This record gives sequence, structure tokens and C-alpha cells, in this order.
Amino acid sequence: MPNYLTNGHGLASWLLTKDHKRIALLYLASITAFFFLGGMFAFLIRLELLTPAGDVMTSESYNKMFTMHGVVMVFFFLIPSIPAVLGNFFIPIMIGAKDLAFPRINLLSWYVYVLGGLFTLVAALGGGVDTGWTFYTPYSTAASNTHVITAGLGVFITGFSSILTGLNFIVTIHRMRAPGMTWFRLPLFVWSHYATSLIMILGTPVIAITVLLVAVERGLHLGIFDPALGGDPILFQHLFWFYSHPAVYIMILPAMGVISEVVQAFSRKNVFGYSFVAFSSLAIAIIGFLVWGHHIFVAGQSVYAGLIFSILSFLVAIPSAVKVFNWTATIYKGSVSFDAPMLYAFGFLGLFTIGGLTGLFLATVGLDVHVHDTYFIIAHFHYIMVGGAIMGYLAGLHYWWPKISGKMYPEGWARFAALIVFVGFNLTFFPQFVLGYLGMPRRYHVYPPEFQVLNVLSTAGATVLAVGYLLPMVYFTWSIFAGEKAPMNPWGVKGLEWEIPSPPPTENFVVSPIVTHRTHQYAPSKEVGIGG
Amino acid sequence: MSGHVAPKSLYCTVFVTLMVFTGLTVWVAFYDLGLYSNIVALGIACIKATLVILFFMHVRWSTRLTWVVVMSGFFWLLILFGLGMSDYLSRGWVQGTLR
Repeated sequence: MPNYLTNGHGLASWLLTKDHKRIALLYLASITAFFFLGGMFAFLIRLELLTPAGDVMTSESYNKMFTMHGVVMVFFFLIPSIPAVLGNFFIPIMIGAKDLAFPRINLLSWYVYVLGGLFTLVAALGGGVDTGWTFYTPYSTAASNTHVITAGLGVFITGFSSILTGLNFIVTIHRMRAPGMTWFRLPLFVWSHYATSLIMILGTPVIAITVLLVAVERGLHLGIFDPALGGDPILFQHLFWFYSHPAVYIMILPAMGVISEVVQAFSRKNVFGYSFVAFSSLAIAIIGFLVWGHHIFVAGQSVYAGLIFSILSFLVAIPSAVKVFNWTATIYKGSVSFDAPMLYAFGFLGLFTIGGLTGLFLATVGLDVHVHDTYFIIAHFHYIMVGGAIMGYLAGLHYWWPKISGKMYPEGWARFAALIVFVGFNLTFFPQFVLGYLGMPRRYHVYPPEFQVLNVLSTAGATVLAVGYLLPMVYFTWSIFAGEKAPMNPWGVKGLEWEIPSPPPTENFVVSPIVTHRTHQYAPSKEVGIGG
Repeated sequence: MSGHVAPKSLYCTVFVTLMVFTGLTVWVAFYDLGLYSNIVALGIACIKATLVILFFMHVRWSTRLTWVVVMSGFFWLLILFGLGMSDYLSRGWVQGTLR
């Protein structure tokens, strides 16, 4: 029986495919390209910050570097990464379906993503954008003479790709579950994607219309955000963060789904408190929409609104903490193995916890006044987005690589890369917490000499991190050509995706499976009590 | 999604109603209602949007799940407006802060 990789040859069989697995690989190739493009911008930023003087590029070029880094990484890598690659590939298989509910819309979402990406590339190659990835007004509408509208259109267009993916996931999870796959038997990866899809559908239209309003104000001079035209710049920040804060949960929730799977698989234990972990995903998705004002404490928002948003921001820590505690309790007394996916999961647990806790510092109005717009913020959100989301992505990619490619990756190299990533990440971003606390502002390419040591450490870390990211790229590619053939279930895991061949056949299941219990049932379902 | 087929006369009635409300929006724009200008304009827009959603988008005859989806969209809009207005309505309450 041909598998999905061998069922059809030639470029057209890929570009016109309606198979969710092939579309996932199309996404994998494109987001990897954007990841390395965004990484190149990051490299240039860190290179400039090696010395206190602005000796590599002008301040205008530096503004463009951090803008393009943010735009590419947020909108073209982090947001689509796990949902569009791993979600696309595994959600139908994990619920026992043959494909997503709307295969053509799935392919359309990839083309829309590519079109949005092309607009952004045109903006980058045509001279770049210098507004920061946040496109803050009135600078973006009244002052910047860079390619704001082109880049904004790229974000606008790719937003539709996100909406289509979210819509497809929600309908698929509602309508296409195999017999016996009840809501409370769904793998936690699926629950986290359901929550993510809700955010994609409810939030993305707001950023789309906000970016469009920027284009309207910039092009037609209609007063919406520019005070000189009778607009309100803080209105832009409200609308922008109404989406862009929940967008952080679009990045982290799927990673949490991966971690839930990996922790269970490599601890050989059913998750501690399944329903708590499942519902905490929904709680994060919902509460995540109530906290956006903490980004604008010092921008001119009223003091009372600041206090409301501060309290609400503390609330979102609760479901996040529920997950971390429950994963820890799952590992407790488990039969833990330290394969590469689990190493990344351990990395996630530590780094996400630091990112989350420093988020509480920033939700505290008084402290936020001190560290606002400093490197403390940069460190905090990179601990979430890189330490959390990318660690989760890499954990998932390693965990499911044998299923995706049908080949085993070299485990020794993978463990080594996981350690390199962990060390490189901390060396890059921990000094930035200190820099920010000491007062180094973000988005400046010239800084006082006393900050140089910490900046050099950070740049050195970025180099190590780059090696850590290149290694999987190399050995995954190597494994396709020379890797050992992967068996059906290389990890000995219980789950529907591990009951079909590696790589899977085009239709996933020859006979629709009948589900009788949850995944990861390695022992009697009685949970081991803490301290018991 | 039910396969409900509504009579053409209903669509025509809804269309005429929408046109009347459009005319009303234009007519009202010539009067200075002060604080109420926005409220009236938005009120008319909401009524028109509701008519489109209920009849042209067939939500009136759809399943409860569709109703839940539509209502959650509106609920999220209320979150945006509600928490957003918590800023605008309380600006300047603390002496020395922006109005």
C-alpha cells in the first residue's frame, strides 16, 4: 500500500494536494524558510549590539532589522508553526478521521499564507519597514516613509490563512471524530488546538481590520488614530493588543498540547488531572482575551483601566500554572526516559515557568512602569515564545518525526542539539533580564558602555542557539536519505497515530477505528497521589 | 444547517427594510444630536446587521450550535467594547493623568 509520500509524484501532486499530511509538509517547508529569514534578522541585531557604538548599521537600518525580525517571526513562523504543521498532520489522525473537514480550504490556507508572505518579502526587499512589528500609530500612519502598507497587507492576508485553519480544526473536531472518540477521550493535543482555533477565529479579524485602518489612515488621511486628524493613537493599541496578546496564546497553547503528549509518552503515565489540563486550555483562550491592556499601562490608558487589566492578567496565570503543576505531577513516579523530545519538554517546563513568572512582574502596574520598553520585556516574551513555543515545536517535531518521515533521526545528535538549544537560549536571553532591569531600553542600537558585557554574553548565546537550531535541520534532512526506517510505534506509545504505519497511508485508516478509551493508558487509570 | 427555503417575499421585505434604514442613517446625519449621534447611528447599524445575519445568512433557521457560534462572536465584540470603554470612560479620573 503506498504511503502519503509515495502516493503521487511531481510538483503538481504536492501543489494541488488535498491531503492534510502533504499540506502540513508544505507548511513545514515554508515556515522553516521564514524561521531562518527571521533568524538572519536576529543575527544582524545581535551583531550590531556586540559593541556600544552603532558600527554595523545606521539607526534607520537597525529599526528595519528588529521590525522585520518581529513581523516574520510572529506572523509567519510562530503563529502558524505548530497548528499548521503538527496540528494539520496529526489532528485528523488523532481523532480517527481520514482528513480535515475542508481539505480544499486547508490547501487554500497555505496559498493565502504564501501570498501574505510574498507581500512581506516584497516589503523587506523593497527597503523594509521601520515601525516595529506593532505598527504603532501615529508613527506608522503619519511619519514612517517605509513600506508600511505592503507589510501590513502581508499581515492582513496571512490572517485569513489563520482563520481558515482555525475554522477547519473546529469543524473537524466537532464533526469528524471516530466512533467512541468522545470529547473526554480526545488527546490533550487536540484540546489545545481547539482552544487555539477559538482564538484564531475570534481574534484574527480584529488585527486584520486594524491593519486595514492603518492603511486607510496612511493612504486616505482619514482620522482614526492620528491625533492631528482627530484620531486616538491609544485606540490603535487597544485594537492591536486585543488580538496580539491572545496571539501569544495561539503560539503557546499548541506547544502546551505537544508537551502534554510528550510528557505522558516519556513518563509512561496518563496525565495527572486530564480534565483540568483540557479545561485550562479553554480558560487560557478565554481569559487571554481580557488582559490586553497590560501592554499599555504607560501609554496613556486610564489608571483605573490599568488596575482592571492588571488584576485580569494575574488571573491568566492560574490555568497556565495548573498545566505546569499537572505535567510535573505526571512525571512524578513515572517511568521517565530522556529521549530528545522529553529533553525539549523539560526545557519547556523550566523556560516557560520563568517566562510566565516574569509575566506576573509585568502585570504589576508599578513594576511595569520601571521595566516597560526595556530589555526585561524582550527577555520575558522570548522566554515564552522561544523558550516555550519553539521548544514545544521542536519537542513535537522530534516526537512525531518518525511518523511524518518514516525515518528515525540520530538520537545522540538530537539530545546534544537539545542541550545546545537550552544552553544557548539561556545565555542569549537571561542577560537581557538583567540589562532591562538596569535600564537598557529596547529598540536602540547604541547603548552605554557599561551594558556591553551583558550584550556580548547575549550575542555569544545567540551564536550557540543558532548552532542548536541548525543541527536538527541537518540531521532531519540526513535522516530522510540515510536514516533507519522507523517502525510503526518507535516510542511504544499508546495513541491512534501510533497504530498506523510510518509514514501513514494517504487515507490514514483503512478501516475507521473504534475508540474505547483515552490515549496514554499505560497503567490502571488510578492516578498516583502526590506524596503517596 | 437546515435546508430551509425562505419565500422570496421575505428577502424582498428585508431588503426594503435595509434600504429604509440606510435612508434613515443619511437623514439622521443631517441633525446634530450631540452625544446621541453615534448611539443612533450605531443602533441603526446594529439593527441592519441583525437582519442580515438572521435572514440573509439563514441563522434564523439554523441549529443551536450555529446560534452559539454567532452569539459568541457578539459576546467577544462586547468584550472589546466593554474593556476598551473602561479606559475611555475613566480617563482623567486621577488628577494629572491624560483625558
